[in-house]
Amino acid sequence: MAVVDPRGLRPSHTFPAHVLAEIHRAADQGVYEIRGFGTKRPLPGFDDLVFLGASMSRYPLEGYRERCDTGVTLGTRFASRPIELKIPITIAGMSFGALGANAKEAIGRACTAMGTSSTTGDGGMTEEERQSSETLVYQVLPSRYGMNPDDLRRADAIEIVVGQGAKPGGGGVLLGQKITERVAGMRDLPEGIDQRSACRHPDWTGPDDLAIKIQELREVTGWEKPVYVKIGASRPTYDVALAVKAGADVIVLDGMQGGTAATQDVFIEHVGIPTLPALRQAVEALQSLDVHREVQLVVSGGIRSGADVAKALALGADAVSIGSAAMVALGCNKAVHLEDYQAIGTEPGYCHHCHTGRCPVGVTTQDPVLEARLRPEQGARWLRNYLTAMVLELQTIARANGKSHVLNLEPEDMAALTVEAAAMAGIPLAGTNWIPGRG
Amino acid sequence: MNTVSLSLTSVRELNEQLRGVSDDGSAPAWRVTDPKGAHAVAAGLTGPVQVQIDGHVGYYCAGMNQHAAITVDGHCGTGVAENMMSGIVRIRGNASQSAGASGHGGMLVIEGNAGPRCGISMKGIDIVVGGKTGHMSGFMAQSGNLVICGDAGNDLGDSIYEAVIYVGGSAASLGADCVEKEMTPKHRSRLQDLLSRAGMEQDLDRFRRFGSARRLYHFHVDHADSY
Repeated sequence: MAVVDPRGLRPSHTFPAHVLAEIHRAADQGVYEIRGFGTKRPLPGFDDLVFLGASMSRYPLEGYRERCDTGVTLGTRFASRPIELKIPITIAGMSFGALGANAKEAIGRACTAMGTSSTTGDGGMTEEERQSSETLVYQVLPSRYGMNPDDLRRADAIEIVVGQGAKPGGGGVLLGQKITERVAGMRDLPEGIDQRSACRHPDWTGPDDLAIKIQELREVTGWEKPVYVKIGASRPTYDVALAVKAGADVIVLDGMQGGTAATQDVFIEHVGIPTLPALRQAVEALQSLDVHREVQLVVSGGIRSGADVAKALALGADAVSIGSAAMVALGCNKAVHLEDYQAIGTEPGYCHHCHTGRCPVGVTTQDPVLEARLRPEQGARWLRNYLTAMVLELQTIARANGKSHVLNLEPEDMAALTVEAAAMAGIPLAGTNWIPGRG
Repeated sequence: MNTVSLSLTSVRELNEQLRGVSDDGSAPAWRVTDPKGAHAVAAGLTGPVQVQIDGHVGYYCAGMNQHAAITVDGHCGTGVAENMMSGIVRIRGNASQSAGASGHGGMLVIEGNAGPRCGISMKGIDIVVGGKTGHMSGFMAQSGNLVICGDAGNDLGDSIYEAVIYVGGSAASLGADCVEKEMTPKHRSRLQDLLSRAGMEQDLDRFRRFGSARRLYHFHVDHADSY
């Protein structure tokens, strides 16, 4: 039975406890909050959609017997060596620096075992990840930290990063406590400084320049490798069209639920649009140019389960990419080493302290003692198990909707649970034929 | 010397030829004619080949160069020798914006003027400009040397890290965290070496040295105006 406070204490809706605490912190420190992880505010998302399943008009496939394929090919437009993936779930770019070497190696091993790709990040390619990851996507970022044409050539695909869902329009941050000697050496920076990544590329601006930049990258790599263009979800209708015009083989669209190792909280929570509407707009842009499926679309930002993957594919994506969820599979926010969570002022389930370098579970740290808590073999096993479970969930949903390939999922297989999701995803509100904004 | 006309050969074919002969340890010489502003000419070379380009080139000429010696007898577009790792690139004319961007090594010589953001994000490359440079040159420059024999435009060395900038003329204004530093005998010696390697004779007494005040290396409320 709830206890009624006799004094009638009443919290403010406008100034709840976390807002009060942030104002107090800002008053003390005079500088914005920098943190890791992703959005914490509620947003319309994949949970607001459901699949309809089979019925009289559509028959399902037998759950454990009939084939439901999951393979996808990325980069078929111009590259002479497209990427063949066994599953439509890839691992997003996360830098060595943000992540420790063990985490990068664990990711690479899991991806190789699952037949999918991992991605480098700000700071360049480490030998560990190249050796462990059979299919490795090499990011070309505005900072160009660690950018090396030899690594470009030994990558399997190239991803030009224009923006990131957690911070479209902003560059990354890596605070001094994570700039160890090795990280500093890879980035040509002094050890221990607060590193601010550039938000714009140093040698191109706009889609016309990007087309020439892509040409250069293809020249340097012999026109073999797929060139991805990664955009943060801000104006996907225009950005996708411009990336296609510039010559991208693959578009990577990162919604605002996407994570980051460190940036301003105000960026994470207030810039960009959620994955759900961004995905619909991106697909419509590709369809309007008649290149849907010819230019593949990889979607990231808040993907957590096989159901999320299925919904993204049904809306028109060719594959998804996960970052935060992969970290969680490696142990992020797990209830172990509680004293170390408390030492950095947090608890399991609330931790977003990637920026501190004091990750209690050894994922986002360069500290050798903490990093040793994540053994690459164990981490790879966890991530492999998680990816396997996601794929089984994805196939379960696809079969229930009568699909023999997960890419056959379609918008007509779904209904929306909220008016907002119906409008954003372009999916009818459950029990109606109504899509807000379409009559 | 092999001669290739870009009126008859595509850039893709040219670059394949230039790369194809660069792994045998020799230093074959090539002459490229009729570039007519083509992009990515001699980009991604990997060996000690010598390339003479007669005419103007477009974007990213000599991009990501490794070991090659490339000379452009003309002007060049955006991002010449971007992300160069080693070798030497010489521009007889002027260079557009972002010359030598994020270069990790080697030497870029621009005998004429350079546009804005020359040496942006440089990471170890040495750049010598015979004339003047545009605004925000040396922006976020991390390491290496940028020598500007003429005048530098506004916001020189904005947010510079550990790169060193030498200016023979005037600097219109300095960017955030960029300050003038003492020209020590050690730096005079380095400057002389850079100029000698670039083949330029200059009066060293005209030059001033600029670098980072290192005030923005850590987030702090007192630096809020600069973020």
